[in-house]
Amino acid sequence: MDLTGWKLAFAFVVFPGFAFTATMGLVLTWVDRFVSARVQWRKGPPVYQPFADVLKLLLKETVVPAGASKVVFLLAPILGFAAMCVTATLLFYVNFFPQGSFVGDLIVLVYLFALPPLAVIIGASASRNPLSAVGASREMTLYLAYELPFLLALAVPVIRTGGAIRIGDLVLAQQAGGPFLYSVSGVIAAVIVLICIQAKLGYPPFDMAEAEQEIMSGVLIEYSGVPLAMFRLTKAMMFFLMPCFLVTVSWGGLASWWAILKFLAIAVLIILIKNTNPRFKIEHALRFFWFILGAFGIAAVILASVKL
Amino acid sequence: MKDPRIWGLKKSPWVYHVAAASCNNCDIEILELLTPRYDVERFGIVLVGSPRHADALLVTGVINRKSLPRVLEVFEQTPKPCLVIGVGSCTCNNHIFRNSYNAVGPYDKHLPMNAYIPGCPPKPEAMILGVVKALSKL
Repeated sequence: MDLTGWKLAFAFVVFPGFAFTATMGLVLTWVDRFVSARVQWRKGPPVYQPFADVLKLLLKETVVPAGASKVVFLLAPILGFAAMCVTATLLFYVNFFPQGSFVGDLIVLVYLFALPPLAVIIGASASRNPLSAVGASREMTLYLAYELPFLLALAVPVIRTGGAIRIGDLVLAQQAGGPFLYSVSGVIAAVIVLICIQAKLGYPPFDMAEAEQEIMSGVLIEYSGVPLAMFRLTKAMMFFLMPCFLVTVSWGGLASWWAILKFLAIAVLIILIKNTNPRFKIEHALRFFWFILGAFGIAAVILASVKL
Repeated sequence: MKDPRIWGLKKSPWVYHVAAASCNNCDIEILELLTPRYDVERFGIVLVGSPRHADALLVTGVINRKSLPRVLEVFEQTPKPCLVIGVGSCTCNNHIFRNSYNAVGPYDKHLPMNAYIPGCPPKPEAMILGVVKALSKL
């Protein structure tokens, strides 16, 4: 199927782009809050709670702090938000039409997933708030930290297929020869990606950029109203897309009903890790990602190259 | 349903906690609201770290000449519409500090208050009732 003209617009805005992903992301945010509440023996919010939050923020006043760079401050949320819409379109398209993707879309996706943290850093730096600046510097360090093991882990499926950097090829190879997860290198790579997802989403134990107790929600401290709603939507969409991405690259792709269960398993695992771990210090996170996960990543790459 | 803005405010009131020179008892009781026993997240109430995210300010403590400008600044930083709710007897009538040279309360001389919750400190049930009353007035 060719995505051109109004089909592309529909894919970008309704399915699987903005509307679908945002709805699923917000529902998943509710699942997150509900499971967190149950872990703490609480009752938890109703299903419509994330939708009410976003609606309220969209209708509230937007304050731009005095002295902030106004244009950058207000445009930064759009960067991450648009990146997530494109990611959703691309990811679902290559899953259901593996032949239709282009060479190098894996690399494009990695760059698209890098845009939301970048948007947060830009917005926080433009807001002229010292706590925001601390948050932005932590976000930057964290980004540099988790990107190395993330890329090493993504190299594993690429090596297993003999150098395919097209997600369509990865999906087809898994449909032919079984998911990459069912092997030693595949398990190590999937665990590394799972931990990197945790950091990309900014969930505990890697929530030092938004640490509510020390730097008062850090990077988002000056955001209110519509831009804050966009950041929350971006995060919700990312929460939906990252497990989808993991299922795509190492657990057999999304084009089967089993994918829903796999997706839910990964999402609940993320929520449980989030609820049972205290926050790392930023330098500990850097050390953890580079020297521990990095070492495991290199081991996974070596194992993958000897076809284990 | 009249105004979606009011509906959103009622269904997800995010609370910022302004401790304006209180003795910390009210603050501890506010944190009690988030524990599993009372769990105000059922109603969408979340404690947020920045006044920019807040829909309701919970002010505690007797207001004095030093804390007044800070509280006013926090109020101005909060995006509107927002509620201001005074927690504890100190906010209502200066309580045991009523003869102090430094007390300039009660709060409604300075801020548009939506509710006062008396008590020293008020019980968590009383706070939930106060917030519900303030929200149902909207």
